[in-house]
Formats: sequence, C-alpha cells, structure tokens
Amino acid sequence: MSTVSWITVRGLFGRRRFLLLLPLPVLLVGLAVLSRGLGVEPTDWGPPVLVGLGLAVVLPVVSLIVGTGVLGAEIDDGTVVHVLTTPLPRSQIVLPKLAVAAGVTAVTVAVPLFAAGLLADSVRLGAALAVAASVGALAYTALFVAASLLTRRPVLLGLVYVLIWEGLLSNVVTGTRVLSIQHYVIALADRLAPTDLLATTVSVPVAAVMTALIILAATFLSIDRLRSFSVAGETS
Amino acid sequence: MTMTNTAAPAATTTSTLDLAGVSRWYGNVVAVNNVSMSLGPGVTGLLGPNGAGKTTLLHMMAGFLTPSRGAVTLDGRPTWRNPEVYRRLGLVSEREAVHSFLTAYEFVLATAKLHKLPDPQAAARRAIDLVEMADAQDRRIGTYSKGMRQRTRVAAALVHDPQVLLLDEPFNGMDPRQRLHMMELLHSLGDAGRTILFSSHILEEVEQVSGTVQVMVAGRLAASGDFRTIRRLMTNRPHVFAIRSTDDRALAVALMAETSVSGVELGRDGLTVRAGDYGAFTRMLPKVALARGIRVQQLIPEDESLESVFSYLVEA
Repeated sequence: MSTVSWITVRGLFGRRRFLLLLPLPVLLVGLAVLSRGLGVEPTDWGPPVLVGLGLAVVLPVVSLIVGTGVLGAEIDDGTVVHVLTTPLPRSQIVLPKLAVAAGVTAVTVAVPLFAAGLLADSVRLGAALAVAASVGALAYTALFVAASLLTRRPVLLGLVYVLIWEGLLSNVVTGTRVLSIQHYVIALADRLAPTDLLATTVSVPVAAVMTALIILAATFLSIDRLRSFSVAGETS
Repeated sequence: MTMTNTAAPAATTTSTLDLAGVSRWYGNVVAVNNVSMSLGPGVTGLLGPNGAGKTTLLHMMAGFLTPSRGAVTLDGRPTWRNPEVYRRLGLVSEREAVHSFLTAYEFVLATAKLHKLPDPQAAARRAIDLVEMADAQDRRIGTYSKGMRQRTRVAAALVHDPQVLLLDEPFNGMDPRQRLHMMELLHSLGDAGRTILFSSHILEEVEQVSGTVQVMVAGRLAASGDFRTIRRLMTNRPHVFAIRSTDDRALAVALMAETSVSGVELGRDGLTVRAGDYGAFTRMLPKVALARGIRVQQLIPEDESLESVFSYLVEA
C-alpha cells in the first residue's frame, strides 16, 4: 500500500463520518430480508429496494461520503498541504486516493447489494448488482473527488447531482438519464443478469462509454486541479 | 525531556528564492503589491502587522498561490505548479492542521516516504530529534499541546533536509523554552547555509532570530535588509542616543554647538541626544569630548531597535 493510500485509509476510518456508511447498507439488507421473510413477491419489493434504495440512494450516498472524505476532508482541515509539499506527481496523490475511495465504496455497497439481489432472484443477479455497483462506485467517487477540488462545498454539489439530477430530473425527463451514473449501473447490471426487476432506457454501449468517459474526465480534472491547488482552498 | 543538539548539517548546495515584481489581488483588494526580493542563505524575518500580506507572500513563495502578476522562482524555476521544488523547499504553514490520528513518528515517517528518501526511518528520527520530540513521538498528535504540534510540523518540513525553509508564524503556541530552542534551530540552519524565511508580527521574535528583515506594510515591501542599516538610512528621522559621561552638562553644552545635533536633553541618568546624521554624529562625538577633557562612559543608540524601525516604517 502506498503512503498516500495508507494516510487516506487512516484518515477515512479515523473520522466519525465513517460511521455514516453503516446504516444505509444495513437498511438495504434488512428490508430485503424482511420482504423475503414476509413472502412478498420479488417483483413487488425488488425494484423499490434494489433500485429505489440500493442503486438510487445507498450507492451514490456512500460514494458521496467516501469520495468527498478522501480529499475534500483534508482540504477542509488543511492537512492536504502536508501531502502537497512533497515532490510527488499529483497523479500519484489523486490515483491512490481514488482507488481507496472506490474500493471502500465498492465493498460497502456491493456486499449488501449482492445479498439483496440473491434474496430477490439469484446469485447471478446478486453478482451482477455487485459488479455494476463497483463500476458505479468508481464513477461516482471519481466525480466526487473532482467535486472536492472544484468547489468548497462538494457535498452540496454531490447532493444536487444525486437528488435533483438523478433522483428527480431523470425520472421526469428521460433524456437526462444519459448523464446519470445510476442508469449506467442499472443498464450494466441488467446486461450481466437480464431481469424484469431492473429497467432503464439507457443502452449498454452508451452506459459503458459514458462511465469510462466520466471516470477518465473526472480523474484528469482532479489531477489538473490539484496541480493548481491554492491554500485558501480555491484553485485557479 | 532531554536536550538535544540543534546543530543542523551543513548544506551541500545553497538555493535562492527570487520574487520579481510579484503582486496578488483578490477582486479589487490588493494583498501584495509589486514585491521584489531575493532570499539567499541565512535567516530572514518577514515582518509586518496583521493583514500586511505576509501569509499571501509566503504562500506564493511556497507554490500554493499563483501571483496575479510577476514571478516567484526557486533557483530559476517557478514554484507554482511545480512539485519538484519541494525537493529543496520545506513549508510550515500557519494553519495548525496535522493528521491527528497519527503519532508524530508516523507522521514524519510518512512525510519522509512521500519524499522517497533512501532511509526514511533514519530521516524521521533525525528530524524528530532536531525538534526535541523524541520522548513524545509515539503518542497520537491529537493528544499534543499546540507547541508540540507545531514542532512536529517543523520536523516534517525538515525531514528531507531542504535548502529553503519557509515558516509562517512558527513560534505560535510555543512556551519560552521551546521558543528559544526553535530560535537556536533556525540560527543553526541559517548558519549551515540554508535559506530560512519566517514570518512574524512579534518584533522581539524577529529581532532575536534575525538581523535581516523584509518589512511588509499594506501589501508593499516597505524595507529590506539589516534593520540597523535600514534605520540609518532613515535620515529624515533624528537618531536618538543615550550618553553618559564624566561631565554630562559640559558635554551637553558642547554638543548643542554642533550642526549634526538637533536636540539635547539632560536627565539624571545622562544625556539624550537627537542627531540628524548618524555617521557625522558618531565621528564628531569623540573629538568634542576629547577636546573638553570629558570621558564618554556610555553611548547607546536608543532607537535602533527593530521596534523603532518598524514603527517608523508603519507610520510612514
């Protein structure tokens, strides 16, 4: 593990906000277990729990907490200066932090989604949800790490994207789904395990290309913005 | 706590930090206005009242702020968007932020590893010894006092043995003993050929650590160099001397006849003399005293302190 990754992991798990990661995955698994235990039809509880809660809330919110935590929290408290006053190329700071964020998010979200998918349908659906959510975790965290360097209120910006853009607009104006990571994840999961429980108007090729584009663009943007990092927390 | 040797190893190479016509503004507010200076080996104090632009200037020097105009270079290479400069530059910022979940040793060792030093463990131990933190190095930084956190940050900034060290208000939160030790350390680093710049708004700190000052007032570089020399260049302000002699009254009468003297005050502890020209007065005084058979027992320039120089500059 690189020193940047080690500091990032210690920082992430050393802060109380890490505890915020726990309730949502527990709620996801709890609702799936409860629905299955009560004998509710998977077609009735699957879409609201797997998509409405799992992919629309748990994945982006956990990504937001972790994604803004790996760099945004250090920018907030000023500790980022210690890492920046070293000759490390800025890519060697951003990439390990992104890897930690995506990894922690993927583990936190993929495990409960796998369990919920298994309870709703099959191991294949569980695995498909876990894999697609892991890809989504990388895209979301890349976006939120970049947001940490673009604004001093990355959590607010992230919430606007998740709640307004993905949660509201993409349900009303279907064309906006082409810029929704949530719909990329649904498309990818549905491709890996075709099921009636998952539905989106975004095609798999569009989802794959857009996911890759978002990851690459956000990562390059983060590296470039970190090169121009100003101590006041603003970049120019 | 054990006392350790604060002697810094001699620098194998020296570095020069240059600012050429540097300005920085935020909207309509000019924080730093057309500052040029060249900092070489030795200790320099960056002095100025709060809000004078010291921190903005330090941040531009350290590559954490881009100048709106002008250039900041370290050995000819820009500090902005150039992480390579941190091989030769260390920064102790004013903000106290440290990774509180790490111990001092872990923190300094992590910094050494980030610098990719060949023996990070040895470098971390050496830096921790330099700031006298060996006894507490295995405690979490979150449990430290303000002064201990400050010393830990200094250790991290020194771990790669930089040729240039920038410190923003480094004595904040330190007790008198720690302050003295830090002053000795800065002296030692400067004597070893390193370029040290520290900012402060506390005159005594600067006066004790460095004779060379850069004085910032309202975003401008008001004066630069040895503060005693700066004082002597202020010819529009009379120099004040305290003199004691074998016959103060007779000396007062004799001095009043001299053109370089603008005022004499006779008190119980001797004379207070105001002279317009420092050089002319100090050359004239022994001749006048000798001619009248008076022995000068004490001659002290009273307003050559940094405080006097600073107050003159701020009032100007």
